[in-house]
Amino acid sequence: MPEFGFSIKKPRSENLDVTAKAKYEELARRVPSFKRCFQCGCCSATCSARQFTDYNIRRLHTMFRRGNTEGLAEELRKCMLCGKCVLVCPRGVNLRQLIINMRKMLEEEKK
Amino acid sequence: MKKTAIIGAGPAGIEAASVLAGSGVEVLLFEKSETPLSNLKDKAFLFPDFSAASDMVSELEDKLLKDNITRCFGTEIVEIKWKGTEWQLVSGKSEAWYADSVLIATGYSTFDARRKEELGYGIYKGVVTSLEMEKMIREGNIVNGHGDMPKRIAFLQCVGSRDEKSGNHYCSKVCCVTAVKQAIEVRKQLPRTDLTVFYMDLRMWGQGFEEMYRTAQEKYGIDFIRGRISEAAATFDDRVQIKTEDTLLGMPLRTTVDLLVLMVGMEASAGTRTLGASCGIGGEYGFIKTISPHLYDNDTGKPGLFAAGTCKRPLSIWDSINDGRSAAIAIKDYLDTLP
Ligand SMILES: Cc1cc2nc3c(=O)[nH]c(=O)nc-3n(C[C@H](O)[C@H](O)[C@H](O)COP(=O)(O)OP(=O)(O)OC[C@H]3O[C@@H](n4cnc5c(N)ncnc54)[C@H](O)[C@@H]3O)c2cc1C
Ligand code: SF4
Ligand code: SF4
Ligand code: SF4
Repeated sequence: MPEFGFSIKKPRSENLDVTAKAKYEELARRVPSFKRCFQCGCCSATCSARQFTDYNIRRLHTMFRRGNTEGLAEELRKCMLCGKCVLVCPRGVNLRQLIINMRKMLEEEKK
Repeated sequence: MKKTAIIGAGPAGIEAASVLAGSGVEVLLFEKSETPLSNLKDKAFLFPDFSAASDMVSELEDKLLKDNITRCFGTEIVEIKWKGTEWQLVSGKSEAWYADSVLIATGYSTFDARRKEELGYGIYKGVVTSLEMEKMIREGNIVNGHGDMPKRIAFLQCVGSRDEKSGNHYCSKVCCVTAVKQAIEVRKQLPRTDLTVFYMDLRMWGQGFEEMYRTAQEKYGIDFIRGRISEAAATFDDRVQIKTEDTLLGMPLRTTVDLLVLMVGMEASAGTRTLGASCGIGGEYGFIKTISPHLYDNDTGKPGLFAAGTCKRPLSIWDSINDGRSAAIAIKDYLDTLP
């Protein structure tokens, strides 16, 4: 089976009862425009990194939103911070800031 | 006889004129075009029942054949002023009229798709608006930029609506169902053309809409893909390559079509903006603001000044007609309080 996005090895379901909302809330505090995302897919459709890899920024920031950060730090390294996604986002989400802050938070988590 | 001036001969203004005239009020009906109902005359068939727009036009025009309606067509009102006991209306040619009350029914205009440059309208031949598609359906001549029969057509929702970049955060309400309506009409004329609607949410809010959507899938073989097109580019043969994400699969999607139809949103018309600003009742996005959306949704808070139809917000035709009728009742109540 081909792998889409970053690896999901075992079949599993999201469990909202145990989702860690705290991470999302902290990210939304740092980048408030993130709250407005309505999942249109413009960022991922236009993304420069997406042209060469199976990196999907919309899926990644949604994983973060759900508190699911497994493998995310590695995946986010593929972003070149070119800012094309920011230009097209119809909800004005500051995706560059979002990515920088996701990276920071994941780094802080490691320590 | 008490006198009401109605500005705008669209569905809302005409219905209000007809009801008021029927209850013995003298009506002055202003329309900037030479003929009424310009926003209906460019339509082919109407959702949700696929009735011909031309039938609706003649039924509404018949309502104007009443003695106490004076038609002032070809007259654009540019200013309205409260003169202590009555309203003064001034036209672009500086003529003036007076009335006990005024109904603003100046309607909407469509979003200028050139403002979304990344979608290529006005640049690539294969990119058209929903208005142009209405015209092609009406004329039975659905063609691509070269005048040939299109083999693949894509419809894109929310152009100029729900969009931070164009400053319109709101939903235009009618374009989702209009895309379904148009796709079905195209299918009837072009049985073998591939039809896809790109949407973020399909807002099938009205009676019969969900059934139209279901019929579009089942009977007419129309495809629906969840994703917003972020860019369009022309190919060497003037076809249009579009880029989106199939958000339900999480996969990038690229496809080339002969026609890309942009479902342009509804904005406050120039007349709505000017008159709203001239008497201090302009609200968000240039639409007219009323006292409350529940009760008093035709009252502007100024004595004798009322509003109806799409000058307040995006609405369907029957919403607008009902709103015109409800404004007529509010105006009648107001006139009855005058000496
Ligand atoms: C592509 C498309 C397809 C649609 N299809 C459907 C459909 O199938 N079914 C449906 O129910 N609805 C449909 N609609 C919506 C429909 O067009 C509107 O609901 C309806 O026209 C609104 O009526 P109105 O009277 O409020 O305004 P309008 O129709 O906009 O009428 C306002 C009138 O005021 C005049 N005016 C403006 N300013 C001035 C001024 N300063 N002085 C004098 N006159 C002035 C204008 O010339 C105009 O004639 C569609 C809309 C679009 C964009
Ligand atoms: S900034 Fe990163 S996520 Fe955004 S388009 Fe560029 S590479 Fe893609
Ligand atoms: S473009 Fe903006 S609104 Fe659309 S999915 Fe990306 S972040 Fe969300
Ligand atoms: S009615 Fe549909 S196409 Fe129109 S703005 Fe709303 S969601 Fe978008």
